[in-house]
Parts: sequence; structure tokens; C-alpha cells
Amino acid sequence: MTQGIYKTGVAAQRLEADAYAENFSDLHPAFDWHEAQVEADRCYFCYDAPCQTACPTDIDIPMFIRQIAADNPIGAAKTIFDQNIFGGMCARVCPTETLCEEVCVREIAEGKPVQIGRLQRFATDTAMAEQKQFYQRGRATGRRVAVIGAGPAGLACAHRLAMHGHAVKVFEAKEQAGGLNEYGIAAYKTPNGFAQAEVDYITAIGGIDIEYGKALGRDLAVGDLVKDYDAVFIGAGLGAVNSLGLGAGDIAGVENAVDFISELRQADDLAGLPIGRRVVVIGGGMTAIDAAVQAKLLGAEDVTICYRRGKENMNASEFEQDLATSKGVAIRHWVKPVAVTSEDGAVTGVEFEYTRLEGGKLVGTSEYFVEPADQVFRAIGQRLDETVFGDAGVDLDGGRIRTDAEGRTSHPKVWAGGDCTNRGDDLTVTAVAEGRDAAESIHKALVG
Amino acid sequence: MADLRNSFVGIKSPNPFWLASAPPTDKAYNVERAFKAGWGGVVWKTLGAEGPPVVNVNGPRYGAIWGGDRRLIGLNNIELITDRELQTNLREIKQIKRDWPDRAVVVSLMVPCEEDAWKSILPLVEETGADGIELNFGCPHGMSERGMGSAVGQVPEYVEMVVKWCKQYSRMPVITKLTPNITDVRRPARAAFNGGTDAVSLINTINSITAVNLDSFSPEPSIDGKGTHGGYCGPAVKPIAMSMVSEIARDKDTYLMPISGIGGITTWRDAAEFMALGAGNVQVCTAAMTYGFRIVEEMITGLSNWMDEKGFTSIDEVVGKAVPNVTDWQYLNLNYISKARINQDLCIECGRCHIACEDTSHQAITNTIDGKRGFEVIDEECVGCNLCVNVCPVEDCITMVPLDAGDIDKRTGKTVSPDYANWTSHPNNPAAREAAE
Ligand SMILES: Cc1cc2nc3c(=O)[nH]c(=O)nc-3n(C[C@H](O)[C@H](O)[C@H](O)COP(=O)(O)OP(=O)(O)OC[C@H]3O[C@@H](n4cnc5c(N)ncnc54)[C@H](O)[C@@H]3O)c2cc1C
Ligand SMILES: Cc1cc2nc3c(=O)[nH]c(=O)nc-3n(C[C@H](O)[C@H](O)[C@H](O)COP(=O)(O)O)c2cc1C
Ligand code: SF4
Repeated sequence: MTQGIYKTGVAAQRLEADAYAENFSDLHPAFDWHEAQVEADRCYFCYDAPCQTACPTDIDIPMFIRQIAADNPIGAAKTIFDQNIFGGMCARVCPTETLCEEVCVREIAEGKPVQIGRLQRFATDTAMAEQKQFYQRGRATGRRVAVIGAGPAGLACAHRLAMHGHAVKVFEAKEQAGGLNEYGIAAYKTPNGFAQAEVDYITAIGGIDIEYGKALGRDLAVGDLVKDYDAVFIGAGLGAVNSLGLGAGDIAGVENAVDFISELRQADDLAGLPIGRRVVVIGGGMTAIDAAVQAKLLGAEDVTICYRRGKENMNASEFEQDLATSKGVAIRHWVKPVAVTSEDGAVTGVEFEYTRLEGGKLVGTSEYFVEPADQVFRAIGQRLDETVFGDAGVDLDGGRIRTDAEGRTSHPKVWAGGDCTNRGDDLTVTAVAEGRDAAESIHKALVG
Repeated sequence: MADLRNSFVGIKSPNPFWLASAPPTDKAYNVERAFKAGWGGVVWKTLGAEGPPVVNVNGPRYGAIWGGDRRLIGLNNIELITDRELQTNLREIKQIKRDWPDRAVVVSLMVPCEEDAWKSILPLVEETGADGIELNFGCPHGMSERGMGSAVGQVPEYVEMVVKWCKQYSRMPVITKLTPNITDVRRPARAAFNGGTDAVSLINTINSITAVNLDSFSPEPSIDGKGTHGGYCGPAVKPIAMSMVSEIARDKDTYLMPISGIGGITTWRDAAEFMALGAGNVQVCTAAMTYGFRIVEEMITGLSNWMDEKGFTSIDEVVGKAVPNVTDWQYLNLNYISKARINQDLCIECGRCHIACEDTSHQAITNTIDGKRGFEVIDEECVGCNLCVNVCPVEDCITMVPLDAGDIDKRTGKTVSPDYANWTSHPNNPAAREAAE
């Protein structure tokens, strides 16, 4: 039975059954052959192409687009995977509007970049549909490497290590691989079980043994791993969530945005997922946008993102912000939460104070309002759970693992990459680049 | 993985992609970059006789035509042969061949049509260690006014004579480069063959004027208000070049002669098509001049993937694959009957097929279906000409469907015969009637 969008409180089945499938379908549908040809024809095959420089994994973009134009999508896929084994996921989730497509010379010339992301997807989808495997496990070196976390950083590292012939053991805390590809990325960016299909495609190289339900800090210690393995790579992402500091911990309806998204990503039946009628999301990044948009798509009547600074300060790209507003999400700027209001232990709203900049410092204006809400999502950032490292000698910097350009940590046998490092910028593609580069560094260290 | 290694008249290269004799191969600097990018070989920019080098114009030497989005479709040039000192070129050729022993280095030559001129330059080239020579009988501008280039290539007797000299005074393989500015390309090809050439290469550029400036009334490119015809090349010339290659490949006199295919080759697919029509390798100029040397990567991976997909393991298996299917018009099967079919799901109703057929062909496509805008083939009128397919903006929306033997062709009311029958035996053919009588 449909409950409707006006039902107060937190409720499931707000929409007609078929509305869910439509709402959560592909954000950027796949190109067909003709569309890919037309789009590929727009690429100028630039010299020293700005798009390639802007790609954290340095994909030879002009080349792969030329290969698509020459009707060689398989060759194009190899060009992509050579640099980025998660080329399929990145084609779907990269904020291309702030990466390759932002600097496309067509963007500068006519405000319409070549749609690099969608072309990348065309090529990688073609190769994956044919189960075309381009890489073989290297001849066994006899070296063993432990990888913590089966997210983009960990698996990119594992894949490259396997190519070099090292035996890789991946320890993953959860019961499934993929990291935030599986638990975080918005559902409409990666529908139809793509994340798991990609994990299978990547691990098909062999030589990568994933052990699930094994967490560093709980079941494993860095100190032991460095004794048992020739090298250790940490790609554990950011496990902990920043708190609001408002003491709203046990008020029903106040949740972490990442938990809500994770639950949504794992739900078999989206209609069964309860959502508030009035939802407030606190934060200004990709997580805030994703939580807000998906709340709206589940049938929430009013969804409001509240951010303490201005539009230009938001971590979410302009495209993401526009996406949210196009779905009917309201975004309020220059407001900061000061209290959560509740009745009978359930949230009724959030009290905000207006803010402004004073001499470069963010200050409250002592003017307040209450945004009514029956569900509140915190999306003010995740952080590293540093307790998992014990006193193994892995130094942190600003709450994240300190690494050099190759991914080396302060411990000579430990490398790290992805969100958990001080160099990560919380993008899938950066995690992939750092995992890959750390693997090269490990390889160099192990075989000289 | 397909093996792309190529042996052309005994000249070995790691792949069949050579750069044609032109600016990309005029200096060691360029050739070095080309080899680093992966090109299998080069034909060095044409050398002239010892003495003061030729001079080029100092204004624009290129004209072009573009597609709507400024994609370069055809390029024309009025450049001459190398304008650098002969000794400088020879020194650099020697150095390049020494540094890149696995790549093909062929030297293009054009000297006056006199025995001594050829006799004296050949040992100089041989001394560089180059793999072979290519005789430039093709350049259609400037040099031809001086009795060289296409002025030689257009006279089969001269072609044969010069080839003979080169075979006589040199042990290097000789590739004869043909001009397309001739009525029947088989004649100079046969002449070269009779002279003992090891191979022919074609095409060189086609006489052309790309544009006229309607303010100054000068042809483009304009040198101080005047222009001259230049040599046309690039994607636009590919169909012309392929036809010429195929003519030589299936000629009873020259079918055994190796061919180096040139003209508009831009992607692996172009190269594969040339090779299928009988080219033992290919040469590229305009595509490299438009996009840079890196395009060879696309060509290599594309050709290799396609060969894998088709199960070809070596270049030899591809070369000439299409030649048996190139025939004369008179041998085409007149009992093969096809009709256009419009896929209504794909049709975007632009109406181009209708107007093309209605105004200029056979009035075989409707403009309404049941009183509403709609396009459908009228089988009673369709002659199967393929025009609608070619003007339709949507791939595979209109296709040509052959009728099966036993079907009735609604246009003629006749039953489709299962037998092959061509013009030579057709009742309307006067020659066939005579033979029957
Ligand atoms: C809601 C949300 C939406 C996002 N949307 C986008 C987007 O659209 N585009 C984009 O580019 N980026 C996006 N990101 C960021 C992107 O997902 C991350 O930057 C990327 O996943 C980082 O990869 P990682 O491998 O470093 O970490 P993760 O993906 O977090 O993977 C870490 C893995 O380690 C495991 N792990 C954690 N702790 C332990 C332990 N102690 N022991 C063993 N295993 C452990 C985890 O279970 C997980 O599998 C989004 C992030 C979030 C939260
Ligand atoms: C600027 C320019 C200069 C050329 N110079 C020569 C030359 O010196 N000798 C020669 O044999 N062909 C010359 N050519 C012809 C090319 O080698 C080639 O035959 C022709 O361009 C067709 O190939 P393409 O369509 O790949 O360009 C020249 C072509 C161009 C564009
Ligand atoms: S390409 Fe342009 S810059 Fe280079 S020589 Fe020619 S006109 Fe000058």
C-alpha cells in the first residue's frame, strides 16, 4: 500500500511501486554506438591534452576517444584500463565537470566539453560485456603483500601487484568488496549491480585472495602484518563519521548520511526503505547531495540541505548542486546547526543560526530559525579511525595517514592510499591512482 | 595477438605503417620522433640532384576543405621536393638507418629524366644504407613544369626507362610512385613492371584548387594574389586511391607486383581496406600532418584487434583478400535484386529519403502513411539503388534487403531467378545478341 508523500514521520512505501525503478535509473544513460561516434568525432585529439593532465589516473583520453572513433572500443578500453582498472566505475562517478571535462578545449571554445565520461563508459562497458581480459598475472615473485580494505584504493593496488607477480592477500572488514563503490556511491550512478561486476572483472586476473570479515584493529594488527608479509598497503578509507557535537546522539531520526546511503545501496526493495516527510541534511559535500537527492527520490516531500558557508564553498560540484535542485532539493547557505529539537525522543526539527564571514572567520549572527524535520542526516565529513593502527609506527598528518608521493608511510614496510591518506581528495579516481602508484612503489622496493 | 610485422619487397618493418615522402619525413628530427611514436618505416622526403636545392614559396603552401565541424577532409599543397642540401639529407638518412636498424628507411628520388642524373645519385643513396628507393613520378605541381614528377609519370615510356636505369645502376629495391593525374593508371603501372620495378606505390596527390577567394578572386592558397593548382590528399582522396590500387592488383599484367597503398589513410580501418585491395603495406601523410605521429598507436591497436577478431594471424593473410571480389561491371549479377526497407522504429521522419527518391530518382518512397507524415518504400517502384540509404542520417534505419530466389519482384512482376546472370549474356546486350545469332 502506498503511504503517499504527505504521511508525517518516517515511513516506507511513499511512492507507487514502479516510481522507484524510474527514480533510481541511470543518471547518465549509456551511449549507443551512433551517439558514441558523434561524440567521439568532436574530440580534437589535442596535443599534451589538458583532459589527460586533469585526470588523476592520467588516462590517454585523446587516444581512447580516437580508438572509439575508429570503431575500436576494445582498444579504447585497454587504453583506459592501462591507467585505471576502475575505468568503468570512474566513467560513472567521476565529477568530470571538475576534472577532464572542465578543461576540455571544447568547454573553453563553446561551453560544451566532449562527454569524456560517457565515452569512457561506452568503451569499458563494451570490453566488460565481452569479458575481455587484458592483463595476466605476472610470473610469481614469491613475495606476499597484505592489503587492508577492498575499496578502489586497495583493489587497484592489488591488481597492479598481481600484474607484477606478487601474491596479494586482501583483508576486508565487511562481507563484500568494493568499498564505497558498493556502499557509498549514489544508487543512480551505478545501478544494476555494477560495483560487484567490476570487482569480479578486476579480481579475475588471479593472485588476489580476499578474506572477508577481517578488520585491522579488531582481528589484525599492523605490527603482525609487517612480520608476516613483505609489504602492507592500507586502503581502509574513512571509517568514522564526524559528529555534530549537539548531543543529539540518541534522538530517533538523527542519522549519519553514509549509513542511510549504505543501507539504501544494500536494500533489495527500495519501497521498503523508510524515509522522513521532511528531511534536513547537514553538510555541503558529495555525501550531503547524495543523501538529499536519494531521500527525495524515495518520496520525501521536503528535503533541505543546510550548509554553513556559501554556494561557492561547497565541496559538491556545481553540477551536483544543480542536480539536487533539479530534483526538488532546497539548499540553504550560511546557516549552522545549534540544536536538535525533539518530542518523545523523536526529532522534530533543527535549530539553525545564520552565519557570515567576519575578517575571514565564520561567525554566527545571533539570528535563529527552526527547520522542521522528522529525519536529519549528518554529512559533515568522515574521518579516520586512528585506533586501528595501534602503535605500529604509522604517522598521521591532520588525522590521516601521512604518505609521500609514492604512497610510502613513515613505516618502511607500510604503504597507504585513498581516502585514509593526507593526499586523498575523497574521489574514487584519486584512490585508484594512489593504489596503483603504491603498488608500483612496493614492486620497486621488493624486486629492486 | 596478430603479428603485424611486415616485409615489403624484402624491406622489413615492425608494422605495415610507413610515413609517405612528405614534410613529416624531411629531416632526421621528424623521423626520429616518428620512430619513437612507433611508425614502422618512412619514405624520406624526395631528394633532388646535387647542386643548389629547389626553393619553396614563402607564403602559404596549403589549402584545405573541411567538414561542418572543421574536421579536415582534404588538403592541398604546392610544396616542392626537399629544399635542403642533398648532403645534409644523405648524412641524416645514414644516421637514422644506423640508429633504427629495425625500421624501414626508403629514399624518394626525383632528378631530371637523364641517365647520368640517375646514375650519379643512386650510389650516394646506396651508401647511406637505406633499404630502398622510391621514384617520385607523381608530384603534380612545380616539378612537373620542369619535366619531372608527374610529367614523367604521365608518360609510360619514360617510367619504364627510368626504372630500368635504377635497376641497372643500383642493387636497392625500387618502388615506383605513381601519379593519379592520368586516365588509366594501369599503363604506367605496367610500364614500371616492364622496367623491372620491385613495387609501385600510389597515389601521389591529385591536381586541385581547393577554393577561390571571392573578394580577391585569387585561388587558395594565395601567394600575393595568385594561386596555382596544388596536390590534393587526405581522407577525400581515399576512394580514388583505392580504386587505382585495385585496378593494378587485378590487372593480368601486374597482379603479382607488390603495391604500397597511399591516399587518405587515417585509421586502422583505412589501412585494412587498402591491404584487402592488394596493398602490401600503407603510407600515410595527411593524417600525420593533421594529428601528429601518435595516431600510429590507434592504427596498430586497431589493426591488431580487428585481425584477432577475424582470426588473421599475419598481414599476408589480409593482403589481397578483397581483390577477387573486385570485378568489371559487366560481370555483376543482374539477377541479384534488393529493395530498400525502412525501420519505422528507427525512423526520425526527416523526409530526406523521400525527397531524394521523389525528386531525383524513382518515386519509390511515400511521404504519408494513412494520411499522416510517414515514409515507406513502394516495392513496385524501388529499383534498389541505395540512394535513400546513403542520404539517411540514421545508421541502419534504411537497409537494402535482397529478395530470395522465387520471390516476385513487384516492380517487374518477374520471379527472382536463383541463377547468376550478367550483362554479357543479357538479351538487351547487342554483343550478346550477336553471339547468340
Ligand atoms: C556518499 C558518498 C558518495 C560519494 N560519491 C562519489 C562520487 O560520486 N564520485 C567520486 O569520485 N567519489 C565519490 N565519493 C568518494 C569515494 O567513494 C571515495 O573517495 C573512494 O571510495 C575512496 O576509496 P578508498 O579505497 O580509499 O576507500 P573506501 O572506498 O572507503 O574503501 C575502504 C575499504 O576498506 C574497508 N575497511 C575499512 N576499515 C577497515 C579495517 N579496519 N580493516 C579492514 N578493512 C577495512 C572498508 O570496508 C572498505 O571496503 C563518495 C563518497 C561517499 C561517502
Ligand atoms: C606537403 C606535402 C608534400 C609532399 N611532398 C611529396 C614529396 O616530396 N614526394 C612524394 O613522393 N610525395 C609527396 N607528397 C605526397 C604524399 O607522399 C602522399 O602521396 C599524398 O599526400 C597522399 O597521401 P595522404 O592522403 O596520406 O596525404 C606530399 C604531400 C604533401 C601533403
Ligand atoms: S605550421 Fe604554422 S607556425 Fe609552423 S611553419 Fe607553418 S605557418 Fe609557421
